[in-house]
Amino acid sequence: MRLCVIAFKKIKRKVAKALRKQNKLNVMLVIKDLHAKINDKEILKGINLEVKPGEVHAIMGPNGSGKSTLASVLTGREIVEVTHGSVTFNGKDVLEMPAEVRSREGIFLSFQYPVEIPGVSMVNFMKAAVNEHRKYRNLEPLSASDFLKLLRERKELVEIDSALTNRSVNEGFSGGEKKKNEIFQMAMLEPKLSILDETDSGLDIDALRVVANGVNKLKTANNATIVITHYQRLLDYIVPDFVHILYNGRIVKSSGKELALELEEKGYDWIKNGN
Amino acid sequence: MSKTATQNIKDEMVNLYLDNLDLISEGSSALMNHHREEAIQNFRILGLPNQKNEKYKYSKIESIFSYEYEKYFAPKNITFKVEDIFRCDIPELDTHLALVLNGFYLPNPNRLQTLENGVVVGSIIDATAKYPHLFEKHYNIQAENNTDGLVALNTAFAQDGVFIYVPKGVVCTKPIQIINLLMSDENLLVQYRNLIVLEESSQANVLVCDHSLSPKRFISNVVTEIAVGTNAQLEFVKMQNEHNESNQLTHTYVKQERDSKMVSNVLSLHGGFIRNNLNMQLAGEGADAHAYGLYLTDRTQHTDNYTFIDHAVPNCTSNELYKGILDDQATGAFNGRILVRRDAQKTQAYQSNNNLLLTADAKMNTKPQLEIYADDVKCSHGATIGQIDYDALFYMRARGIGEREAKLLLMFGFAHEVVKRVSIESLRERVDDLVNKRLRGELSRCHNCPMHCC
Repeated sequence: MRLCVIAFKKIKRKVAKALRKQNKLNVMLVIKDLHAKINDKEILKGINLEVKPGEVHAIMGPNGSGKSTLASVLTGREIVEVTHGSVTFNGKDVLEMPAEVRSREGIFLSFQYPVEIPGVSMVNFMKAAVNEHRKYRNLEPLSASDFLKLLRERKELVEIDSALTNRSVNEGFSGGEKKKNEIFQMAMLEPKLSILDETDSGLDIDALRVVANGVNKLKTANNATIVITHYQRLLDYIVPDFVHILYNGRIVKSSGKELALELEEKGYDWIKNGN
Repeated sequence: MSKTATQNIKDEMVNLYLDNLDLISEGSSALMNHHREEAIQNFRILGLPNQKNEKYKYSKIESIFSYEYEKYFAPKNITFKVEDIFRCDIPELDTHLALVLNGFYLPNPNRLQTLENGVVVGSIIDATAKYPHLFEKHYNIQAENNTDGLVALNTAFAQDGVFIYVPKGVVCTKPIQIINLLMSDENLLVQYRNLIVLEESSQANVLVCDHSLSPKRFISNVVTEIAVGTNAQLEFVKMQNEHNESNQLTHTYVKQERDSKMVSNVLSLHGGFIRNNLNMQLAGEGADAHAYGLYLTDRTQHTDNYTFIDHAVPNCTSNELYKGILDDQATGAFNGRILVRRDAQKTQAYQSNNNLLLTADAKMNTKPQLEIYADDVKCSHGATIGQIDYDALFYMRARGIGEREAKLLLMFGFAHEVVKRVSIESLRERVDDLVNKRLRGELSRCHNCPMHCC
């Protein structure tokens, strides 16, 4: 009987170990002790974060805490200089990749301020993007009709106005249209990891709902989302598995979704005062 | 260039005129000959414009004249079929075609054709004989023989060219296409003259394509006079697509009557040295002028656009947009003069010139020049010279589009703002395609000629 128990415990330990190993293999994004600066000013001072497929992480924090800088580092904006640490995505060194390769590997950033590109139509822009992604995976470019079919499908999925794709990229779009357009692009490219940088800023409640619905519809067990936001509001619609609080270039607190509510209640001073 | 060299060019031209006056006159028409003497006298005084002339500050006209050029005063017998070496392949573009080879009209099959509803297309020589009253009214009326030496030179030497006439109330649905071909075994200077007359309430689309087919040095010095009658509409698209040894000097004069609309679109896709003068005179109330231009230059190419919009009467509108992309050591200039005369109240005039420099060596000079003497007008102008927008580039890269492709898409988008003003859809698509190829550095010839001009 006792032998049985010991054997059982042994098995249990083995299983646990195997599970840990499995989990480690499954980790999609690993950020280790990341330090980064902009114009000689250190903004990120040692970030550690792991994201697994199927997870939704929220990163919250007051203005100037480094939220957008973190998004910039992950997507390869050259203005940010990484001074220490590492970022791997499915085992590959992200920091070595130019921005376009990160995108083709499956990292997507929904911009806080989407850029207007006069003269470049949404259709041409998306066609170029989709086909570059396909080329990277050794696939033939989509035919014109297949592309239009995909375009139509994804437009319906994220409920954006059909007319938006007939216009130049973001040109003359309202704040809400720009953010919806980001989610539409996300739907077209089907990223493994989506980083939503302040997607809720400047959105009214209806647009917020459309954006959040889009993100939720695109969610699968194989992709992950990082939601960067000031407010709890967006997290009512996109429910996170983890909430991290970024303050002064470091993650000072991590917990479940209840942390966002606590933060909403107590305010950022609660963090600033060293709790 | 030294003063003597400039003087030499002037003397050479005047002597050339005197020595060949018989030949020049013989190969032309009496009505055109009638204007030569005064023109050569003007040229004798004016000479070639030099850089002290504010209008020509950024273009060294003398330098292109410093080479030896052949001049013909009669069309050379050609022993080949133009169709064999040249085929315009703008797909689905069904046009009335007029061919001009080295400045002389090529019968196709006749020298003067009467088309649908009495529209006339043909050689200017034959047209003078048949429509003398039109010539008395419109020929050499607008051309600035007194102030521009190149225009005077053209009036003195021009023997042939294209004549287009659209009678009152006629809408010419099919575009009229003029193809100017340069082909010679020797360097060549050609000077020809076009006259386009649209009578009251008529409409037409005219497309001009310039090509050089042999690897020689060319100068084309061309004057085009256009009269747009009351309530008439003309779209005039010019595509300049010549090789690096080609030099183009164009002078286009437009006079618009009451409630007329004129769209000029000058697309300089390729060429060694290009100077385009465009004068648009809004002479009748309610006239609407649109001047668009696109220039794509690389290596040591030079493109200079001078525009003059003359708001002579009240209640007219003008809208001007010129855009350029300059690569390598290319140089460019834009000078947009808008004159709003004292009585031209309620004028609306807008002008914009935007330039993209792709290298640190490319150079662009731009000068808006608004002279407003009326007090109740709406005028605006803007000129920009900049580089590729980094934020837009990053945005595209963040969607997986490689840097080169992203830059091309941005440049293409920049150029498309002008191309989209071309109203004929099949032509617009073709121009887009040519612009795309040009920006990619692929051959941008819009025909299948065996010459690798570009």
